[in-house]
Amino acid sequence: MATAIAFVALVSLNAYVLLAGADFGGGVWDLLASGPRRAEQRALIAEAIGPIWEANHVWLILVVVLLFTCFPAVYAGLAIALHIPLTLMLVGIVLRGSAFAFRSYGSSEDAPQRRWGRLFAIASLVTPLLLGVCIGAIASGRVGAVLEELNGVGARESFVSMFISPWLSPFTVAVGALALSLFAFLAATYLTVEAENATLREDFRRRALAAAIAVFVTAFLALLLARWHAPRVSAGLLASSWAPVLHVLTAIAAIAAIAALWVRRWHMARVAVAAQVTLILWGWAATQAPYLLPPTLTVANAAAPSRTLALFLIALALGAIVLLPSITYLFRVFKSSRAHEPGASRAK
Amino acid sequence: MGDVLAARSQMAVSLGFHILFAVVGIAMPVLMIIAEVRWRRTGDAMYLELAKRWAKGTAILFAVGAVSGTVLSFELGLLWPGFMRFAGAIIGMPFSLEGFAFFAEAIFLGVYLYGWQRISPRAHIVAGSLVAVSGAASAVFVVIANAWMNTPAGFQLQNGAPVNVDPLAAMLTPAAFPEVLHMLLAAYAATGFAVAGIHGFMLLRDHRNAFHRRALAVALIVGVPAAIVQPISGDLSARYVAHWQPPKLAAMEGQFRTESGAPLRIGGIPDVDAQRTRWAIEIPHGLSLLAFHDPHAVVRGLDAVPRRDWPPVPVVHIAFQIMVALGTYLALLGIWVAVEASRRRDLAANRWLMRAVAIASPMGFVCIEAGWTVTEVGRQPWVIYGVMRTADSVTPMPGLIVPFLVISALYCFLGVVVVWLLYDLVMRSPITREGDRATAPAAA
Repeated sequence: MATAIAFVALVSLNAYVLLAGADFGGGVWDLLASGPRRAEQRALIAEAIGPIWEANHVWLILVVVLLFTCFPAVYAGLAIALHIPLTLMLVGIVLRGSAFAFRSYGSSEDAPQRRWGRLFAIASLVTPLLLGVCIGAIASGRVGAVLEELNGVGARESFVSMFISPWLSPFTVAVGALALSLFAFLAATYLTVEAENATLREDFRRRALAAAIAVFVTAFLALLLARWHAPRVSAGLLASSWAPVLHVLTAIAAIAAIAALWVRRWHMARVAVAAQVTLILWGWAATQAPYLLPPTLTVANAAAPSRTLALFLIALALGAIVLLPSITYLFRVFKSSRAHEPGASRAK
Repeated sequence: MGDVLAARSQMAVSLGFHILFAVVGIAMPVLMIIAEVRWRRTGDAMYLELAKRWAKGTAILFAVGAVSGTVLSFELGLLWPGFMRFAGAIIGMPFSLEGFAFFAEAIFLGVYLYGWQRISPRAHIVAGSLVAVSGAASAVFVVIANAWMNTPAGFQLQNGAPVNVDPLAAMLTPAAFPEVLHMLLAAYAATGFAVAGIHGFMLLRDHRNAFHRRALAVALIVGVPAAIVQPISGDLSARYVAHWQPPKLAAMEGQFRTESGAPLRIGGIPDVDAQRTRWAIEIPHGLSLLAFHDPHAVVRGLDAVPRRDWPPVPVVHIAFQIMVALGTYLALLGIWVAVEASRRRDLAANRWLMRAVAIASPMGFVCIEAGWTVTEVGRQPWVIYGVMRTADSVTPMPGLIVPFLVISALYCFLGVVVVWLLYDLVMRSPITREGDRATAPAAA
């Protein structure tokens, strides 16, 4: 049962990365908007994110409540060791969301629009970086190590070794950069599908290809640094029996994404890039299974009492019955066909 | 400032900030739907304009509420990992359900806000109604979790750890019903009067403004009934506190000594060292009567528990006085409005009534802040009443004053911006006057 719930957590995180990740990536492209169609690029991004970013954001809340209900020790441990990056990430989340809403619904004058746009875009850049840093810290096993020290008697560790070095290393920063590149890649690829005219589509095609290169570089860097900073990840990705399969699949997805962009098969590119990101995430999960927080907390030993898990699964099933059709409806209304009157989507 | 106090302050700022937006998210959709239904029924375009403007304001407030709620879901662990490690498996359930309700709210708010032209009128109204229902459901679940902290149940203690965990029993605690009822009514009363107050203020300048007249009417429909019923729910809450958390009641009332036929104290300042409450108006037997419906009932004072288990008495007492005073004002104002409306008088033309409504605008929200201060500070020094002390659940991380200041500065900034944006939104209202030829604003 605990394994099933850990699986749900991974699926939720996956959904968050694919959906909200692209919203953050959209913010990055807002920041990097350039050329003669700068304003159109920003308008497209705003229109693409507007109706859905709040719903997409809830996947993260789902991961959080799932962790603290079903794996409370893991949640408490993360919150202690990653206090600083998580707090900074929250500041990013707050500023991103608020600034976007202020820009969408506040004064339509130029100066405030630009100001909120800038804040929205910068927060969109910083938040994924910190999310990646936190995931890198978990993967490296240092978070778990700190908790062991906390539980151990005596050995009073310094502030830096307890609350900073668990998450600040070249490896975690590389994972942060990888997360950022992936989100930017997702967003640019999705936007090629959503763009309504060919020139705008070309803008985002170029951006998607550039992001693909950034993904390649940061992924390679993270893998390289993992040898020293995250041996478990490194060992899993290089030596385990499933590693070749994973690498082949990820490579196929990556090549398919780039090839599809190259030949302008937009829908296919969208599927391929989503598959690539999913495979990378699941690859990380596979390297640390059955640990939630290596080197001690596993899915089994950190799980809440079985009664709680059973009830959670029931609630989840009921929630899914209500929510999945609702989410489908949301995306059908706003993402299915672009054949609508321009500007009609925004309450003026 | 010590770490525990810094953590408590950060939690207070975060909750105090979030609750304002959460409350708007519960009640504002109801106002929007009423306005939209009236527009669809009557074809009066002013109602459409109203629904759209309210939707705009709600969109801003909901976004800030969503992200500040996310902050809270993390802060539970960032600040109180000891609490979460203990309680996660027991009360994670209502939090998870709240997560689902919030999901539904976010989905249908997106549909509502951006779907004016894309879906049928019926679907649009259904979407808006679902926002209102899921907003209320979120509040129910979150308050249920808080109720558990006041009247913990659904587990047994064994060597300091919970065993035989029963999450359903943890949801159905004695505090759950009175707290949920009180909060929901508060949300509708506060939001209704806040909106009515803004439009009432604008009507003082020009009572014939058709836009503000309609807005006032819709807002009062939501606010007035809730405000009138609220004192009854308050009585229910007070009696539950008297039974389940005597020290909290004692702090609320400034009741230091256990006595039968305890007086009701109105106002006054508790002097903790002298163990008495000075300068209060005392109504003999009032407290015994209200708390136990028996003028001679014994009310347990603070002396019934050791000093180290006392909540901060002056804060709780004064917050309680503020809540009751302003809540009473709103209830009386609600009755006045109801009487005037039942006589079919023109509310907007009644300048004294409009003044009374205008100054009521912030009162409901002040009440809510004061009420949460009573229930949260009144629970101290416990995070889980009688089970776990707040100080024992705080994170080992030192220097908590830093995140406290960061979050406070962030929220101050956002608060100022939101107020400024809403001010801007209200000030740019249409100025069509009642009786003028309807210059219907084009549907955007």
